[in-house]
Amino acid sequence: MQEWANQLCENRQFGSKMTDSKYFTTTKKGEIFELKAELNSDKKEKKKEAVKKVIASMTVGKDVSALFPDVVNCMQTDNLELKKLVYLYLMNYAKSQPDMAIMAVNTFVKDCEDPNPLIRALAVRTMGCIRVDKITEYLCEPLRKCLKDEDPYVRKTAAVCVAKLHDINAQLVEDQGFLDTLKDLISDSNPMVVANAVAALSEIAESHPNSNLLDLNPQSINKLLTALNECTEWGQIFILDCLANYTPRDDRESQSICERVTPRLSHANSAVVLSAVKVLMKFMEMLPKDLDYYGTLLKKLAPPLVTLLSAEPELQYVALRNINLIVQKRPEILKHEMKVFFVKYNDPIYVKLEKLDIMIRLASQANIAQVLAELKEYATEVDVDFVRKAVRAIGRCAIKVEQSAERCVSTLLDLIQTKVNYVVQEAIVVIKDIFRKYPNKYESVIATLCENLDSLDEPEARAAMIWIVGEYAERIDNADELLESFLEGFHDESTQVQLQLLTAIVKLFLKKPTETQELVQQVLSLATQDSDNPDLRDRGYIYWRLLSTDPVAAKEVVLAEKPLISEETDLIEPTLLEELICHIGTLASVYHKPPSAFVEGSRGVQHKRIPIRSGSGESSESQDTGGAPGATEAPAAVIPSQGDLLGDLLNLDLTPPTSTAGAPPGPPMPMGGMDLLGGGLDSLLGGDIGGSPSMGSGFGAPAAVMPSSLNAPVGGGLGDLFDLGGGVGMPMGTFVPPKTLWLPAMKGKGLEIMGTFARRAGVIQMEMTLTNKAMSVMTDFAIQFNRNSFGLAPAGPLQVPTPLSPNQTIDVSLPLNNGGPVMKMEPLNNLQVAVKNNIDVFYFSCQYPISMLFVEDGKMDRQVFLATWKDIPNENEAQFQINDCHLNSDAASNKLQGSNVFTIAKRTVEGQDMLYQSMKLTNGICVLTELRVQTGSPTYTVSLKCRAAEVSQCVFQCYEAALKN
Amino acid sequence: MIGGLFIYNHKGEVLISRVYRDDIGYVQWEGSIRSSSSYLSPPSPPRRNAVDAFRVNVIHARQQVRSPVTNIARTSFFHVKRSNIWLAAVTKQNVNAAMVFEFLYKMCDVMSAYFGKISEENIKNNFVLIYELLDEILDFGYPQNSETGALKTFITQQGIKGQTKEEQSQITSQVTGQIGWRREGIKYRRNELFLDVLESVNLLMSPQGQVLSAHVSGRVVMKSYLSGMPECKFGMNDKIVIDKAGKGGTTDEAVKSGKQSIAIDDCTFHQCVRLSKFDSERSISFIPPDGEYELMRYRTTKDIILPFRVIPLVREVGRTKLEVKVVIKSNFKPSLLAQKIEVRIPTPLNTSGVQVICMKGKAKYKASENAIVWKIKRMAGMKESQISAEIELLPTNDKKKWARPPISMNFEVPFAPSGLKVRYLKVFESKLNYSDHDVIKWVRYIGRSGIYETRC
Repeated sequence: MQEWANQLCENRQFGSKMTDSKYFTTTKKGEIFELKAELNSDKKEKKKEAVKKVIASMTVGKDVSALFPDVVNCMQTDNLELKKLVYLYLMNYAKSQPDMAIMAVNTFVKDCEDPNPLIRALAVRTMGCIRVDKITEYLCEPLRKCLKDEDPYVRKTAAVCVAKLHDINAQLVEDQGFLDTLKDLISDSNPMVVANAVAALSEIAESHPNSNLLDLNPQSINKLLTALNECTEWGQIFILDCLANYTPRDDRESQSICERVTPRLSHANSAVVLSAVKVLMKFMEMLPKDLDYYGTLLKKLAPPLVTLLSAEPELQYVALRNINLIVQKRPEILKHEMKVFFVKYNDPIYVKLEKLDIMIRLASQANIAQVLAELKEYATEVDVDFVRKAVRAIGRCAIKVEQSAERCVSTLLDLIQTKVNYVVQEAIVVIKDIFRKYPNKYESVIATLCENLDSLDEPEARAAMIWIVGEYAERIDNADELLESFLEGFHDESTQVQLQLLTAIVKLFLKKPTETQELVQQVLSLATQDSDNPDLRDRGYIYWRLLSTDPVAAKEVVLAEKPLISEETDLIEPTLLEELICHIGTLASVYHKPPSAFVEGSRGVQHKRIPIRSGSGESSESQDTGGAPGATEAPAAVIPSQGDLLGDLLNLDLTPPTSTAGAPPGPPMPMGGMDLLGGGLDSLLGGDIGGSPSMGSGFGAPAAVMPSSLNAPVGGGLGDLFDLGGGVGMPMGTFVPPKTLWLPAMKGKGLEIMGTFARRAGVIQMEMTLTNKAMSVMTDFAIQFNRNSFGLAPAGPLQVPTPLSPNQTIDVSLPLNNGGPVMKMEPLNNLQVAVKNNIDVFYFSCQYPISMLFVEDGKMDRQVFLATWKDIPNENEAQFQINDCHLNSDAASNKLQGSNVFTIAKRTVEGQDMLYQSMKLTNGICVLTELRVQTGSPTYTVSLKCRAAEVSQCVFQCYEAALKN
Repeated sequence: MIGGLFIYNHKGEVLISRVYRDDIGYVQWEGSIRSSSSYLSPPSPPRRNAVDAFRVNVIHARQQVRSPVTNIARTSFFHVKRSNIWLAAVTKQNVNAAMVFEFLYKMCDVMSAYFGKISEENIKNNFVLIYELLDEILDFGYPQNSETGALKTFITQQGIKGQTKEEQSQITSQVTGQIGWRREGIKYRRNELFLDVLESVNLLMSPQGQVLSAHVSGRVVMKSYLSGMPECKFGMNDKIVIDKAGKGGTTDEAVKSGKQSIAIDDCTFHQCVRLSKFDSERSISFIPPDGEYELMRYRTTKDIILPFRVIPLVREVGRTKLEVKVVIKSNFKPSLLAQKIEVRIPTPLNTSGVQVICMKGKAKYKASENAIVWKIKRMAGMKESQISAEIELLPTNDKKKWARPPISMNFEVPFAPSGLKVRYLKVFESKLNYSDHDVIKWVRYIGRSGIYETRC
């Protein structure tokens, strides 16, 4: 032996050629035969050389099982090194040669009796690794002896051997009573024996979910906690992992265990720290939150978690995955530690990605500025995945911290300007989410997004862009062209894009029916006839049927108000989170999956749960605070994925469905090729403008809601909403409210707009005063209205004598007509206006007095008035009071006449003047009122009846404004 | 627990393969089962599949490794890399992942302690030893005592034939005992100990000079050559300890020393330190291992002395030229000298030429590293030095802007940037006749740069 060692040393001096590495050299043919001869050599040295060669061959994957008998023959030796090599061989090949493995049994049994404890342990350790049934029978007796060996080294090895044997033959272990012996070892005087016994028992218990094998009770826990202070780092991990499975009886026991576990947080071994964190996270749940100790414990947890981040990168990764869970469960622990998660330039990519994730979770109003600055920095890095995630993170910050939304959007726009393809695409995807969180706030960026349409080549980004175009079709002039451009390669698109395109075009059609029929027809047939994707086909059919049978319902469905997305995204579902907290430090916590998702067989099937606090003694009243883990956290939904059918169908406009839906006038649509959409379509398009009573025929369902057999001058029901046939009466000055500030210079980049509405000579005028408060001249003015309740639209272009130089003020008057698209607004008389100039586009909204819409021929025949009054159901009646009005009834009548409110009759009953008045809106809606004026009293009462009850409030406002002016 | 442990060379050839559990043998995975090592004969045992799965999916993967944990066909592979050697632990169970990585690092430490650098040659030369070690430190996948000091007493590659019974039982009690890191009966003629406070100071600074994050991670490394089983007590200027002492003692002293005390965010200790005692009294007491070991690690974030300040100025002159000016200022006592100063200024990928002017030290453009490397051998405190460079760029069509990696710095200073001071290290050995005064003690402070970066 000594000789050989010396020789080896010498060889090392000569150089590597003569050392063990020679065994790895490629061998030639007939090698097995040669080895056989060497193994049977009489010379010890030659034998050992040969065994080494065999092991080397085994290592590189060569099959040397043919040498089994020859190698086993070398086992009988007092050379420990040789013995170990032979054992290694045996462990590898015994299973494939069970019969011959028996040959080794005698030696094992003999070795288990050896005076040297190291050899006894070696024998019992190796025997357990030979997974041959016949051998295990012989193993029992030596194992029993070794479990009670006087030497702790042998006992700790025997403890693990029980677990090995159990893995081969569980029944045998139980029958032989090894489990009880193992339990006894938990009380062993040697800490390492305790630790190995705990490890073995824990493993065996895992495959017997319901056995009370570990039988943890306060006494055994106490023993474990004592051993915890004394055993090796690995032993501490076994014990802590075992402790984590225990459920303390009450909060006091829980606290005392926590107190004894906390010192482990200072251990140099990260695994010890993480296992201690697991125990603490779990047992904390049982502590009353008002306890001082609870707060102390929370504070103690943060520093060790931060320290884990200075470990080697692989451990950092494990730590970060766990911190991700901890932050979701108890955000308060690390809320002040944002900076430590800042990404370092040389961090491995997996560490970078995880840090980013945690940064978003910790983002709050207090630190958002710092976080955003970092994220912006990251967005210029090299790694594509990382950059994408950083961009996405900016969007998530916007959604999470409302105050930062504006800054996030502008950061995203900056990034879009870089024109780096994947950055642009990622930014568009997140901007879509921002739109969903803050509707009607950041749509001004749509133009910028549209510029990048051509560069989008990823399905998610394309789908997001299509969603935006569809969602805001009314604000994008060429929405139809944009969507059409996608339609060309419809069949080459991914399903996600196809579905989104289908929905977007249907939305567009519902918003701008006139120009987009062909498009919708095309997409419906592509989706239903040319596609084999059942999702797409089904969705196509749903839309098609909706549109053809009940367009109003279609609007309700497709343009329905969608729920806002919630703040927190990508959260782990609470029950899973709870289970994962119980698995801190393990693979499950790295994968963020329950063990059953990646472990086969019976192991890991048990779902671990955090114990629920069952209060004890005086603190029981605060039980509810600690109970139901996860319930304290607000349940937060996850952004629905693109493929969510229901989400997409409903995913739409904010405008509530409305019965005043209508369309601009125009010649009846050509129906050729539209038969599939049937009669419903033309009603949606307001096809029959003339107001003939027959037009109600195509209505179906809506007609039932609003009877069309009205006695009004124009065809009833919805039909009158579509009607524009109001003739022009005599010119008369109507009430003009004073100009108000619509667009402050602050928001208009120097452009200030004051304005009002007037009805002059039967034409509605929008009168504006534009002031240039900027330093540069303004040119190229243009105006556009959003769809509104009465289809108001500019009758011509905005005539601004340009350029408008700095500090110049001009008055412009813009004639309006009712030819624009209709959409019910809230309030009804709200008008959203976009004004463009050479600097930018500005959006503002204003309210017009509804009296602008009262037409000159609104005077009703007495009989008709009477009949109509009776005809309108009483639910539609509204009553208002006007205070502080000192006019007599005649003066009031005259004043109102100026606003096209016509008095039809007047009655005086008991000193009360009753004026019966009528007015008609541009779209044919008639409003009937009764105005009661008590002589001498400043209070008027207005009773108002109208088929479209929504207008009542606006009409009342007009009354008040007109009478008080 | 760990089902198997494999060591591969950079080509993916297996150098060591030790299987602890049969369950890992049957890994099915997609892709061809074509082994790269030509000398493998076809009929190999089924567990080769796990070995091959890792090679195909991780070592030979086209992409950069995206995670140190890989799951292939419900089998998890943990890996660490040391130079071009891959160590992989394999399991099919829900193991303690942190423990597996800690074990792999420990395994590397043990191997280095036995045969030096972990290289293909050293592993091949010592494969019998490695198998013997693996047999000892991992049983059925459960890590066992892995302290090199203890292991070296009985895994020697010399056999243990000559040992007496007493020696044997001494070995086993040490391996399993409470003080597994030290053996009895150590004797030195001269009792001596060396204490090194090694700190690495980490900084991330914005171009405007704002500290984005800064921390010191420090280590107290000890070399002890002491006889017997000495009990040691270590004291430093920890704010908590000093404040506590100040309350009870004279206020004068507390104020005086309080000024120099430092706030330690967190610290971790070698397993020899009695953690419960630290938790309750914040005193650090232990029986030290023999020879060199790391007593503690700590981290501080407050009142850090940043030894250097880097002031960058990058100007883009047109599309084909960059002007860079970097000033470094040393911020410590003028009597002290910083050494091994190196400033690394990244340059764009399309750099065609660089002209550098520096007053002090030597600067060179290293095209292969895409950086200007500026080296200064020595620099005293409260000084400043400057470098300016003109970088010529090749015109490119690449739309993507240059990412401007941060300027990084390396240095070594003879003080602890955290302000940590060793107050005492007392040695008590009651059984032997030497006292604390007889022990020769050496203390040294070294501050090094960790990740010391300034964005530009």
